Amino acid sequence: MSEPGVQLESGATLVVATRKGIFFLQPHGDRTDWRLSEPVFLGHIVNHAVVDPRDGTTMLAGARTGHLGPTVFRSRDGGATWIEADRPPAFDKAGPGEKSRVVSHTFWLSPGHVDEPGVWFAGTSPQALWISRDAGATWEGVRGFNDHPDYEIRTEDPQAGTPDGPVLHSILIDPRDARHMYLGLSGGGVYETRDQGESWNPLNQGMATTLADPSGDGVVQPTSIDWKEIGPEHDPHCVQMHPLAPDVLYQQNHCGIYRVQRPAERWQRIGDNMPSDIGDIGFVMGLHPRDPDTCWVFPMDGTDVWPRTSPDGKPAVYSTRDAGSSWQRQSVGLPGRGWYTVKRQCLSVDDADPVGVYFGTTSGEVWGSFDEGASWSCLAQHLPEIYSVEVAELA
Amino acid sequence: MRVLIPHALRSYTGQRDQVSAQGETLDDLLWDLDRKFPGMRFRMIDEQDQIRRHVVIFVKGAKTTNLAEPLADSEEVVIVQALSGG
Repeated sequence: MSEPGVQLESGATLVVATRKGIFFLQPHGDRTDWRLSEPVFLGHIVNHAVVDPRDGTTMLAGARTGHLGPTVFRSRDGGATWIEADRPPAFDKAGPGEKSRVVSHTFWLSPGHVDEPGVWFAGTSPQALWISRDAGATWEGVRGFNDHPDYEIRTEDPQAGTPDGPVLHSILIDPRDARHMYLGLSGGGVYETRDQGESWNPLNQGMATTLADPSGDGVVQPTSIDWKEIGPEHDPHCVQMHPLAPDVLYQQNHCGIYRVQRPAERWQRIGDNMPSDIGDIGFVMGLHPRDPDTCWVFPMDGTDVWPRTSPDGKPAVYSTRDAGSSWQRQSVGLPGRGWYTVKRQCLSVDDADPVGVYFGTTSGEVWGSFDEGASWSCLAQHLPEIYSVEVAELA
Repeated sequence: MRVLIPHALRSYTGQRDQVSAQGETLDDLLWDLDRKFPGMRFRMIDEQDQIRRHVVIFVKGAKTTNLAEPLADSEEVVIVQALSGG
């Protein structure tokens, strides 16, 4: 299947995947005037749309509709035209007595290492890892993860109740070594491989779990359960690796904000330094491209029945410049009250100086800051529910 | 034989609402459709060979979920797309 796309200019671009298709935002002149494209794949549920930074022209999008099965769409010309993957992620047909698995949707897409052009990785729901060696045309399962004997205890049962299904996300590739990777399972925790997926080890020490929910009310108390490093009660929402300091990992978890500097194995909870009335629960996290001590988060309300809107309905980004020792509220320009959520793929940063920070909301707004979060302006509104915002530089 | 295509799948058929495909069984016919319109089958049939939840297929006027359904006496297969969500 082929689809017409949109003609985009080269240069900075925000790729906005939504519940109703893909939109592109491009600055006209400086970054104060942004132009919104027409939608591509209008009506399709697009969980993630990503431009390949290795060529600036290849784009992949994980898509489905309410009634058709999941697929991956590809553009090789900067979004002007799109075709469907020849073989999208799909499990093997189950043999007699085997548990059958069916891909619900492709949730996450990551371009591979710079030395492996054409290699991409995908994460799906149910949780599985996929590799393409031909720029997204065909996909095969990474058996070291998908068919591991401990798959069932490492991952979350699709029937367990996570909204929209358990997902595999945050596929991170070490720029120093293509075989060294991390991924996040929501739920399930963080896993690391040093052989490009043949074997995986958990990296969850130090983490609070959903069985010890920090909101406290009505949940199992942490002293009454055995802490385990493996299991779906671990719930990283977003994991980030610093591009210039790949041993530095940050994590916005269901239970808080964490940081680890490898080879240490134990995460440190840096969210404890957030204001107590805000807390450190959220979905998103973005890292400064040049400073491993600086990152941005968007706290959300995790009390009661978890509204997942900003605490007290007052949207604000928080940033740290000292690796989480202290946090500053950054809300100038944001509405005084607002009741939206910023999902886990919806905050992104560029590499300009000063850095641009962008986020998209469930209410269809894209916000940007061109002074590293000091002030914000609305770049687009009235879009469908936003599922991902990715910064790209089109060739 | 004639296959009626619902709106949601016409991006595969060049917007045609009817196409021709062959097969001794429904499964054969769906694979023939996929050869002519690559990718179409997986949008309707999952990797465990189950018809997806919102897709309904009629053979000889009756709904079927059996991909082994013989088509010898059929002149038409109707693929119907439920519209759900919002």
